[in-house]
Amino acid sequence: MSDWLLFDPMFRIPFLTGLVLTLALSLTGALLRMREEWLAALGLSQIAAVGAIAACPLGLPALTGAFGAAGLATALRTLLPRVDNSHHALLILVGWSGTLIVGSYIDHGATIGESLLRGQLYFTRGAHLAGAATLLALLLSLFPWLSPRLLTARFFPDHHQANRVPTWPYRTVFALLAMAATVLGTVSIGAFPTFAMLFAPSWAGFVLANGWRRSLVVSCAIGLVAYTAAFALAMIVDLPFGPVLVAMLAMVGGLRFLPGISSIIATTKWSQSRE
Amino acid sequence: MSYTLLEIASMIAGYARPVVGPISLGLRAGEILGLGGPNGAGKSTILRAITGRAHVFSGRIVRSDGLTISHQWQRPELPPELALLGRELFSLTGARPGDAPAMMKPLLTMPLRHMSGGQYQLLHTFACMCSPCRLVLMDEPTNNLDGRALDALSALLKKLDPGRAVLLVSHEKAFLEKHCTRIVEVGS
Repeated sequence: MSDWLLFDPMFRIPFLTGLVLTLALSLTGALLRMREEWLAALGLSQIAAVGAIAACPLGLPALTGAFGAAGLATALRTLLPRVDNSHHALLILVGWSGTLIVGSYIDHGATIGESLLRGQLYFTRGAHLAGAATLLALLLSLFPWLSPRLLTARFFPDHHQANRVPTWPYRTVFALLAMAATVLGTVSIGAFPTFAMLFAPSWAGFVLANGWRRSLVVSCAIGLVAYTAAFALAMIVDLPFGPVLVAMLAMVGGLRFLPGISSIIATTKWSQSRE
Repeated sequence: MSYTLLEIASMIAGYARPVVGPISLGLRAGEILGLGGPNGAGKSTILRAITGRAHVFSGRIVRSDGLTISHQWQRPELPPELALLGRELFSLTGARPGDAPAMMKPLLTMPLRHMSGGQYQLLHTFACMCSPCRLVLMDEPTNNLDGRALDALSALLKKLDPGRAVLLVSHEKAFLEKHCTRIVEVGS
């Protein structure tokens, strides 16, 4: 591929789909990190990949299979009294092994499994874009309701229970949004790129910004920069998009370790403490 | 005239198995009731039974209509690398940053990731005390607090609104005796 392909109408829908998903995944990732559930993203994306590949021999769309498997995993997580990263690690193991084992039983299974793990953004269509746009619209419209409830539950774990405020509505809504983001990400940009997009922007953003809202904006900006750069680089240098995106996100996430950034953080701390 | 906010009758509470009880106590508006007793007596479990976090095996807890509760946890865990500012956490309980004691103001503009464990505990404690909730459950609020912070906490307890009450767990007998209208020894 060459640089002129960047402007080819054929790649507009894939580019826009990835762009919209980047915002949705960066925002969802920030909430998952705040809840210390970021490893759940990798577990769910791996499980979604199993569902997508298992749907093939059943004659079902990959998206349906991905939603079915991720929905089942989400329901099981919700039923457990306490969920930690050990449970999420178990999901990763089941998802990774399941994708490869199920893939070995179906025609072209290895190819499909590989494409689900590393992404197939260039093959996304209008339905993917519509799904991603709907997800982002839901996430943005529900965010003002969802965010304070999740924050309160994180810092004052029994505040809602003590005040007889039901916790299931916001817990369920967040679980469904996280699942939908992970599934749409997995079938569009791949399981690992989806995890990277959920993980890296907020990992850097939470250190580079002071304040909840600012950290969300910075996380989304980091995701957008990494995505746009990865899309252009993959086209220009003719590299597979998924691995380039993951590498780009890893690099952007690693910015937090640079001495220059550390000094900015130190300055920010100093000025904050003087306010 | 003060009225009963909470009544606990012959309660046995715990988690997988009973930890504390049977215990009975009542809490009236305007009161600061201290819960003392040795480690492991189940003082924190009583607070968690009130919030619904611990299981009540027998007995009952009766709350006044519309009672709102804030619960300051013992040793709240400082989350790593969260960009939240102190005032953002402070207002989660419904507390208004303007009501925070003067010595706390610098913490309100500081991100949580820059706070020490003691500063975070202080923020947590005052977020509950300054909330509009009518019942405040405090679990070892003096842990990690320095002299200035203890003075600020004492000042807040002394000017408690007559419509509110505090249930205060502490192993520091002197602090309980200084601030509480009554003290119940748990596990004695």
